[in-house]
Amino acid sequence: MPEKRDEEIRIGVFICHCGSNIAGFLNMEELAEYAQTLPNVVFVQRNLYTCSEGGINEIKYGIKEQNLNRVVVASCTPRTHEPLFRISCAEAGLNPYLFEMVNIRDQCSWVHMQEQEDATTKAKVLIRMGVAKAALLEPQEPIISEVQTRALVIGGGLAGMTASLALAHRGYEVVLIEKESNLGGMLNQINKLGPTMTDAEELAERKIKAVSEHPNITIFTKSVITDVQGFIGKYQVDVETESGVKKIDIGVIVVATGGRTFVPEGLYGYDGRRVITQIEMESHLREGLDQDIKNVVMIQCVGSRNEERSYCSRICCQTAVKNAILIREQNPDARVSILYRDMQMYGVENEEMFRDSKAKGIRYINYDPAQPPKVDSKKVKVFHSLLGRNLELPADLVVLSTPLIAQEGAEVISQLLRVPIDENGFFLEGHVKLKPLDFATDGVFLCGSARFPANIRETVAQGLGSASRASIPLSKGSVVVEPIISVLADEEACRGCGLCVELCPYSALEIQHTEKGRKVHVIDVACKGCGICAATCYQHALSINSFTDEQIEAQLEAFLGSSVVS
Amino acid sequence: MLDVGRHPNIELLSYSEVEKVEGRIGDLRVTVRRKARYVEEDKCTGCGTCTEKCPTAVPDAFNEGLGDRRAIYSYFAQGIPSTHTIDPDQCRQLKGKKCGICAKTCQAEAINFDQKDRIVEIDVAAIIVAVGYDVFDPSRIPEYRYREITNVVTAIEFERLLSASGPTVGHLDRPSDRAVEAQIEELEKKARKSQKVLGKLEERFGESSAEFHEKYQAGQYQGDQERQKWADKYAAHLSVMEPLEDLKKRAEGFTVAKRLAFIQCVGSRDFRFYPFCSGYCCMHSVKEAIIAHEHEPETRSTIFGMDIRAVGKGFEEYKIRGGDHSNITYVRGRVAEITEGANHNPVVTYEDTRERKVKSQEFDMVILATACAPTKGIIELAKVVGIELDQYNFVKTSPLSPVDSTTPGIFVCGCAESPMDVPESVAQASSAAERAAEIAIQPRPEMEHAVA
Repeated sequence: MPEKRDEEIRIGVFICHCGSNIAGFLNMEELAEYAQTLPNVVFVQRNLYTCSEGGINEIKYGIKEQNLNRVVVASCTPRTHEPLFRISCAEAGLNPYLFEMVNIRDQCSWVHMQEQEDATTKAKVLIRMGVAKAALLEPQEPIISEVQTRALVIGGGLAGMTASLALAHRGYEVVLIEKESNLGGMLNQINKLGPTMTDAEELAERKIKAVSEHPNITIFTKSVITDVQGFIGKYQVDVETESGVKKIDIGVIVVATGGRTFVPEGLYGYDGRRVITQIEMESHLREGLDQDIKNVVMIQCVGSRNEERSYCSRICCQTAVKNAILIREQNPDARVSILYRDMQMYGVENEEMFRDSKAKGIRYINYDPAQPPKVDSKKVKVFHSLLGRNLELPADLVVLSTPLIAQEGAEVISQLLRVPIDENGFFLEGHVKLKPLDFATDGVFLCGSARFPANIRETVAQGLGSASRASIPLSKGSVVVEPIISVLADEEACRGCGLCVELCPYSALEIQHTEKGRKVHVIDVACKGCGICAATCYQHALSINSFTDEQIEAQLEAFLGSSVVS
Repeated sequence: MLDVGRHPNIELLSYSEVEKVEGRIGDLRVTVRRKARYVEEDKCTGCGTCTEKCPTAVPDAFNEGLGDRRAIYSYFAQGIPSTHTIDPDQCRQLKGKKCGICAKTCQAEAINFDQKDRIVEIDVAAIIVAVGYDVFDPSRIPEYRYREITNVVTAIEFERLLSASGPTVGHLDRPSDRAVEAQIEELEKKARKSQKVLGKLEERFGESSAEFHEKYQAGQYQGDQERQKWADKYAAHLSVMEPLEDLKKRAEGFTVAKRLAFIQCVGSRDFRFYPFCSGYCCMHSVKEAIIAHEHEPETRSTIFGMDIRAVGKGFEEYKIRGGDHSNITYVRGRVAEITEGANHNPVVTYEDTRERKVKSQEFDMVILATACAPTKGIIELAKVVGIELDQYNFVKTSPLSPVDSTTPGIFVCGCAESPMDVPESVAQASSAAERAAEIAIQPRPEMEHAVA
């Protein structure tokens, strides 16, 4: 790379009119004349649209005929057009990273439509800064790293089995890890699945059979991961199995560890016999309900939507309604009352089941959390907030709807995988709206109740979805990363303090013990080039390609330097 | 959008409709009508110069008709592709009149008035239906008087009013006030015109119109035809100025809407329309109320709902935060009626079910959280593609195969399947992509036909 410094820098500047979007507000002729006077600029061209075929050809012509070795386009925004201009440079034989873009539209002509003169001056400064940086640009090569086409799925419940089967169907090897002795997860504790009243045991058996028989899936039960090294495409995972620790090479990881039900110790006289949870209700229903049970009272939001646990656990209302219907099916004379705050029967199917339950005689009683129900022997007292009076409901059985809470060991897994968990202990996705099944860290994905309580439909959808996300690097077989990343530019300067490692949001840095002592190492495929590390490093040891200190200083100098003569 | 537009593996056929699907799973032939845009896609750079010059204004569907667009337009700024389109029902040239201004303006020479619809055939392995939903039309609910009371708007209209790129650049100007301001603008235009005429006469005769008029009325210029014309012009001017002054005085009192009512389940959980819950509207209202409060800290919002369904990750916390920090009051009750009070203020009558009282309350604006209605075109599309719909006209699926339609190889995601919010739609889109990929990669996969 240093030898590039010796060559003559020949910069071409292409100034785009963008129809009238730029030319309508700036003095283009003046801009072009000014650009011609800048150091190292040997060629200036104005284009009606630099992005049109004609404009692109002008860039290519400039590179070939004018021997340009740096290209600056002053136009719209890199967000939409930088890739196109880079590719065009490459097509003409110039390294695409010797291209610099200057935004004189979105950040200049559009926002200063009323001030032609000042806006033209600003555009000149912006171009001057771009040219100053361009002179110092270095060629870069994309980083390519192989991906081992084997996926690790952590958790053998419905989400994990669905993800495993999907990946296996696609032809990838899958290693499925379950900490319990059997696959199936929470399905094993459930009686029927709403709203279709599908038999959970039958579904679990069918899925377990499918994963067990699939030649692409290797299952380790009674196993946990104990160590994870590496990065996307190249993980080495230690799995502690009954027959010792296995080291497995992995390309991508899917977290499907599920959740567990909150046990309401000390709440509403919970005793596991007469006052039980919904999950215990499931086994009562599976075994057949005692015919003596004639009055059942369910209480919603037990241990959720309170000070200690503020979230709504999403699926407990559906579970209560479903079980209420099933109780009436088994004991048609039974009276079932559901004491609720808001009935969270969102969507089409849930609301339908809710309506259906009312037709089947389930009673709904709204309670105020400030006056919670009281459970006595054989009855529940509640202030009916809509009737405005106290009710006493006879109760042979009280069923508490408790939330799903974070899985045991979720924190350990989050530390091993270096992915975050939220304030409730659920895994935190890359973006709550746009990346629900990804982590910020490439190569790790999530689905099901490990993320947040999910019903059957949602769990299956997320299992399939996370497989889809995970299959992208697998299907490509390699990861190609833009080379605009962090590099340890000055190894001597690095003291191995590890501050950058702590701050990196993508787990792209690690401390290595080298002959020269503790030094930081950049995992290039994991780096997104955000620059936090370089900005933080006290020693200026780290640098970001195409955003080096030298380049940015040159831009600043160009900005602060002699005022533009217009 | 940008990623879709830029991805080398995605061919984007916008402004196009599927007309026929033949074949079987893994081997489908799709016939697509590419509607004429009258703009060459490979030439148009999306610069928008044409829209600046186009003389024909059309209500802007993207801004819910709250603003204007031109006959040549892009659906919204930053839309992908940026290619513009001529609306053939509005364009003067295409309706046989003389115009063609856009063609003269377009420096890329992209306008082509002779363009015709094109039919293309595409071979695919699988199909994903992701056609979304329609906003329920609340004018079907007589007691809410949507369209009759100007300050009753839908949540999606309110979204445009809150948007910095919307018709009010993010100020919560009330529709009734905006109507008055539009009137003022209109009258001012007229007044400027008549003032110009009067100015010339004043210069010519060397006195002000008011002075002249006084003398004229006293009978000083009888028989003077020139001056009679002046008097007529002055009278006409006054007939503009008087209402204009009145309106201006009224407009002085205009402020942004600060008392907001959000009404939940408008068309949803309603046996007359859609019995289902639309899922996302509770959180949409909470979000809109919080943003309105961010825009104007004096804003107070009341959300009327039967249950406030804040069931997603972080949603309940967000709802509580709205109450604690954004002046939101949650009232359990279904609104019975909206009437119009003084100053175009909507008055909401409802039963506060917790207090067991019927109450009426006046607001500056009412926002209707409308139902997620199955999209109109879905019935036709379902026939063309060959899939079953459920009783409401959402694409039929089952809980254990949440993105599989009733026809193998055809999948669905998002609100075409059932109402859902953004993270769920994104997750489901990945699920549908997974199912489609299983087929695209292996022509005949052993598909697990899960039975719910």
